[in-house]
This record gives sequence, structure tokens and C-alpha cells, in this order.
Amino acid sequence: MNEKLIINDATLRDGSHALLHQLTSEQVELYCNKIDKSGVDIVEVGHGNGLGASSLQVGESLTPDRVLLQAARKSLKNSKLGVFVVPGFATIEKDLKPAIDIGADVFRIVSHCTEADTTEPHIKFCKKNGKTVFGVLLMCHMLEAEPLCQEALKMQDYGAEGIILMDSAGYSLPEDVKTKVSYLVENLSVPVGFHAHNNLGMAIANSLEAVKSGALIIDATARGFGAGAGNAQIEALAAVFQRRKEINSSLNLYELLDAADIAEKFIINSMPHTSSINIASGLAGVFSGFEKHVVRISEEFEVDPKDIFFELGKRKILAGQEDMIINVANDLAKDRQSKNDCFYITATG
Amino acid sequence: MHVAILGTGNIGTDLLIKVLRSEFLDCSIFAGRNYKSAGMQKARTLDVPCSDKGIDYLLKNKDQFDLVFDATSAESHLKNLFSLKKMGKKVIDLTPSNNGMMCVPSINIKASLKHKESNLITCGGQASLPVAYSISQTHDDIEYLEVVVSASSKSAGPASRANVDEYITTTERALKYFTGVKKVKTLLVLNPAVPGVDMQTTIFAKVKNHNLEKLSSFLDTIVKEVQSYVPGYRIEIGPIWEGNRIVVIVKVKGLGDYLPKFAGNLDIINCAAVTIAEEYAKEIKGNERKVNYK
Repeated sequence: MNEKLIINDATLRDGSHALLHQLTSEQVELYCNKIDKSGVDIVEVGHGNGLGASSLQVGESLTPDRVLLQAARKSLKNSKLGVFVVPGFATIEKDLKPAIDIGADVFRIVSHCTEADTTEPHIKFCKKNGKTVFGVLLMCHMLEAEPLCQEALKMQDYGAEGIILMDSAGYSLPEDVKTKVSYLVENLSVPVGFHAHNNLGMAIANSLEAVKSGALIIDATARGFGAGAGNAQIEALAAVFQRRKEINSSLNLYELLDAADIAEKFIINSMPHTSSINIASGLAGVFSGFEKHVVRISEEFEVDPKDIFFELGKRKILAGQEDMIINVANDLAKDRQSKNDCFYITATG
Repeated sequence: MHVAILGTGNIGTDLLIKVLRSEFLDCSIFAGRNYKSAGMQKARTLDVPCSDKGIDYLLKNKDQFDLVFDATSAESHLKNLFSLKKMGKKVIDLTPSNNGMMCVPSINIKASLKHKESNLITCGGQASLPVAYSISQTHDDIEYLEVVVSASSKSAGPASRANVDEYITTTERALKYFTGVKKVKTLLVLNPAVPGVDMQTTIFAKVKNHNLEKLSSFLDTIVKEVQSYVPGYRIEIGPIWEGNRIVVIVKVKGLGDYLPKFAGNLDIINCAAVTIAEEYAKEIKGNERKVNYK
């Protein structure tokens, strides 16, 4: 466990969900200037669903990716600049090439945990351009260790230099993390990573378990700022690592605490927490980023947001399928209507 | 009319079954690259003449058909262009090659019959364009159009998976072409849920002033038109005004010919292809009659 960890700070990417993608270039610059001194290896920047994802489906960005990336590029001297790329949302022409031109260093190419083969052209393109490229498998709670590993192996074959499992719904428990991470560590030749969400309050525990199981890439955010209940809190994680001498990271706790204070003051509008809705989202196994959409649509259709989450979970809806929230809310509203009609008939008839 | 099908994957094989059912079409060649492929095996049980020599076989036997369906891949289609042109037959391209005249039967079938090559864009294009076109015909202030396609993972073969970018680019190009809107976006999500989920396409539009009533009545007509060739096509939700945007959600259930019913994405593109071919067959027949009469 003495190999040095790679810490990926996703505050300015996952946190974008929590801000309804209203991040400004001033906020990016401010945070990057500060975090650059904290020993974080990679700072990921952009729309919550990655480059090119600004849309009516998942939310429109206030500031174009290009502008946010330029602001970050200007401010980062020590940490590498990372971008998140989901094929199906981002394309090589429209999004990857401009990001390369701006000078992004680390490209994380992303798919749902069963769809790794959609990432092949994008991974190969980044590789060909001499960029560091990692593969990301989303919603890793939906697949067992062995098939998960098969998908990770595909990404490794395409050229990914690390594979990160994302617990996008925050559904996983430490024992799940242990099983999956150690299986991948055993079977892959590249480093394995883990990205936690805190819907069931497990983000720090799961991240520590991942490290103990051999993960070398760890995602975290300032104050845990991210989609839904948020992510693993980077400054808390740094403190945990400090207590475990065998864990080797270059994080500087004091700098991180100051950076997190700045994030709280200038970026975070409402602190992520394990609210009732986020717990429902986690237990239902639904992508944390759905929170804001579910809240809005549940009000419009006058249905319980928790019911929406559990129904979405039953239908196995994935990250990126936000339109399905309308289907579910519409069906729930109809159900209620027909129940009311029955009641009306019984009451009057 | 005799037709040739090039490409024996999921699309080609499902197309074959639809062609065999058509009273206007006969399949004289089913050509691919591998006799052992599932599609080829299926074709042989249906007594359809098969070849594993692909485009070369078509070139040598061009007197046996009047129309070619290309159900290979965008890459192969572009490679085959020269040979296809040399044959001089009507070509219906089912790949997202971005080549040929884009056709959505419910919008422009008449015009597309006059062109040598009809391109069917993508499944998401076929499903969304009747709706996007309806919005553009009833609103003159569209700022932005967006199409989100969800399909079952099982219905997306290896060629589609390796070509997600082409799928997006081609669909976006068609959206601009048919609606005149400059700012458009397409997203694609594959969902592995078992049993497979029916293909869903959601169309979002940002407009200054929305007129849902006018849109609904336009949609009624065009949806009936689409249903005449894609029976499983229906509006699931909408048009509604939600979150400051027009939302229309379309579902497509397949006929379940070669692939499961949830693969509405493959069904819609094949139904469109067969419709164009049938109309073309009727036209040729009409012309022949005229010639004979003289």
C-alpha cells in the first residue's frame, strides 16, 4: 500500500450538478489558484456530465466548457487539468479536439458500466494525441465484479492507463467496494480508481476501503460538493489518510482546509447533505445527479419525489436518461388520478 | 421489383424479413461476408439466395435487381460508393454515412424517389424528425432543438457502438436540414436493462412563444402518416410545456420480425427503407406500363 495515490479533485465538475451547471470562470480561477498548492494531482473541470453535455436533458451550462477550461488552464501550474468525456454526449470533433487545444492533460472517457465498447474511438484518439487517458465505468453498483472487470479490460485494451469505478448512485457499501476494487486490481495491469457518492453516508468509508483494496486513483471534492448527497470530502479524506501512515499521498491538509473554506464561501450555494430525497435516490440505485430534476418535476406533476426515485430504480434508469423522470412522474400522476376516480365512483355510487 | 440486400447483420436480416413480406418486393440477393453469420443462416432457412462475396457479387450480377439496400456500416458504405454508382441502381443507405439525400418518408418521400441514393439518417433521426419538423412548421422562433435517444443495449450492434460520434453528427445534420434550426444537439444513451426497454426518443425545443394546440394538431396528421409504415410508433407524452421547454416523448415498439419488439430503433429504420423501396417499385411499374402501352 505504499505506492503513491493519484488524487482527482472533481469539485469543479461533479459540483457543477449541485450548482445546476451555473459555474463561472471567476469561481474556477479562484479555486484552481488555491487548490494548485494543495498537492492534488488532477483538477477536473466542466459540466457535471462532462464536455459537450450542456443540454435541456441534463441542464444547460451558464459558461461554455471552453471558457471554464481556459480559466483553469491559466491557474493550474502544479496540478494537471482533467476533463470528463461521455461518448453519446461529447464527440471527438466538437469537444475532444478543442479540449486538447486548450491544453487539458488528463482525459477520462466514460460509459455506463456495461457499455465500455462505446469508448474505443475516444480513448484511442486521446492516446494518439499523447494525452493521459483513463476509463470510467459509471453506476458500478449495477454490475458484479467479474462482468465489471470484463468491461474494464476492454478499456485497458483500447489504451486506458487507469480504470475508475464510479458509485454514481452512492448505493455501495464498503464490502461491495472491497470485492469489486480488489477483483479489478488483481486482473488489470493498470491502476484502479474509485469515485464515491454519499447518499447512504458511505463516501469516506467507501473511499478508504477502496484504497485498502488497492485502488490508486481516488476522487474527492471540497466539502464533498457534488451531485445529490455529494462525494467524498477531500479535506476529511486527507485527514483520514494522515492517520494511516501506510497511505501515501501528496495531499497537504492545511492547504486543502483553506481551499475548502474558499469553495464554501465562493462556490457552494447549498451544502450537499444526505437529505431524505438523496437517501431515497441512493437506496433506489439512481444516479445522484437526478436530484434537482426530480424535485422540479415532482412539483410540476404533484407527486412524491421519493416515489419517482424508487420507480426510476425499478425501471433501471441510467445517468443521462433524465427525460425518463417525466415518463415516471406522468405515470405516477395518472395512477393517482385513476385511484381518485375509483374513489369518486365508490363515494358517489 | 427485385432488390439486393448488402449486409447481413441485425439490420440486414430484419430488413430481409420485411422485404419477403412485401407484395411489391422480392429479394434476389442477400450478400455479406460470412456464410456462418446468424443472419446468413437465417436467410438460408428462408430459401433466399445468399453470397459471402459482398459488393463484388452484386457487381457481377447487377442484372438481377433494381435496387440495393446497404445495411453495412458508414465506413463500408463510403468504400462501396464507387461500385454502387457503377451499378446505376437506386440505393437505399441504412448507415449513418452522411451521404446521399436524407429521407424521412413522412416528410419527403416524393422528392427522395427522384434521387439515386436515399439515406435514412439514423434510427433516432427517423423517430425524432417527424416531431422536430412539426415543431418547425408550427413555430417560427425556435432557438434550439434537442433530441435524446435511448435504446436497449442489445439492439445496438458492434458497428453502432464503435460509431457513436457518427450517429450524433448525422442526426444533428438532419435536424438542421429538415427544420432550418441552426442550434441543435443529439444525445444517445444505451440502457442494458433486461428485459429490454422500448426505444424512446425525446424532443426538446426552446421557443419564444409556444403554441401547443397548433403543434398537437400538426402532430396528429404526421404521426398517422408515420404509423402507416411504422405501426409501433406513438407519442408517449406531449406536447407539454415543462421547465420552459416544449417536450414530446416518442416510443417505438418494433414488429419483432428478426429482433425483439423492444428494438424499435432497428424497426423504424427498416420500415422506412421498405416504404421507400415500395414506392419506388410502384413508380417503376407505372413507367413500364406507360412504355408498354406506347
